Amino acid sequence: MTVFPFIVVAWILLVGLYGMVTSRHLVHQIICLIVVQSSTYVLLLGVGYVTGAVAPYYFDVPNHTPAVDPVVQALALTDVVVEAAVTALLLSFAIQAHKRFGTLDPHELAELKG
Amino acid sequence: MTEVQRRWMFLAGAAGLVAFVLWGLLGLPGFGNYPGPYGPSILRIAVAQTNATGVVSAVNFAYRGFDTVGEEFILFTAAAGVSTVLRHLRHERERSAVDEAADRDVPPTSSAVRMTALVFAGPVMVAGWWLASHAQTNPSGGFQGGVVLATAFILVYLAGEFLVFKRFSPVDLTEVVEAVGAGGFAAVGVAAVAMSLPYLTDYLGLGSIPGAVSSSGTIALISFFVGLEVAAAFILIVGEMLEQTLLIRQEDSE
Repeated sequence: MTVFPFIVVAWILLVGLYGMVTSRHLVHQIICLIVVQSSTYVLLLGVGYVTGAVAPYYFDVPNHTPAVDPVVQALALTDVVVEAAVTALLLSFAIQAHKRFGTLDPHELAELKG
Repeated sequence: MTEVQRRWMFLAGAAGLVAFVLWGLLGLPGFGNYPGPYGPSILRIAVAQTNATGVVSAVNFAYRGFDTVGEEFILFTAAAGVSTVLRHLRHERERSAVDEAADRDVPPTSSAVRMTALVFAGPVMVAGWWLASHAQTNPSGGFQGGVVLATAFILVYLAGEFLVFKRFSPVDLTEVVEAVGAGGFAAVGVAAVAMSLPYLTDYLGLGSIPGAVSSSGTIALISFFVGLEVAAAFILIVGEMLEQTLLIRQEDSE
């Protein structure tokens, strides 16, 4: 099963994209974008995993115990922070769109623009 | 383009995307066979070099510290962006936070919710500080601690009223705290430059016990500033969003 986590990554990515394409509500669409981004967490943590290794914390295990890759874990942390920032900004755009056009349906918003 | 056309176009594109993504992913070394070299090298040297037993924090605040400055400023910019996008537009005015339809039949916040929120606000704040100040020992750090700290303020909102939340976290004060947090991190790095060391070099010196709060040099200090910045940024963002629903009204709608 050495490829299973990577298939999960592709699956999460696709499910999120499908949601974004078929979405009828901006907030739903933003949440689908979060789902797309979640696939990168699984990918990062999956890439750095070492079978039988501990978490990269030597507080209560002896030094030089084999541990999983700390670099990708740090990258996943960065990923989460950026996701939170992007989500907050997108949600505030959704608030303004609703104020301006009275709808959050992407199809209706596209029509209003023309 | 109709709905059906869109969906077919997506399916065609998605099929190609899946093929490429799987092709790329299946070429990786299998799950559990991480080949290195960066992870193992850092794991070998991190504890000796930084005295931090939390290697992820050592990566974030020491080895990759320069990246993390940028990351922190992404959050800073996002909070500024939210404030800008949600500014008062023309035709909008702020009304007082008084219930204008007091005779409405709205169920009051249940005392169970109030009690739970009040009981948790204090411990959550302590937990947030603990997380923000223990980056070097265990899986915690400024980012996680900051979010938990902000939660304590949101619990105050949940337990009481929007006005109480505002009194606990006035916008001016929160903005100052955010600026101190963001600027503090950058300043820790610049201080190293002032001592003619490379940016973000650890100049505080390591203590004797690996993993102790005081013994990993600048990691603890940076994590503390990151905690301030993250907490303030989240309180600002949540406050802005609450203000939109509770205080801002279109002028012609009333």
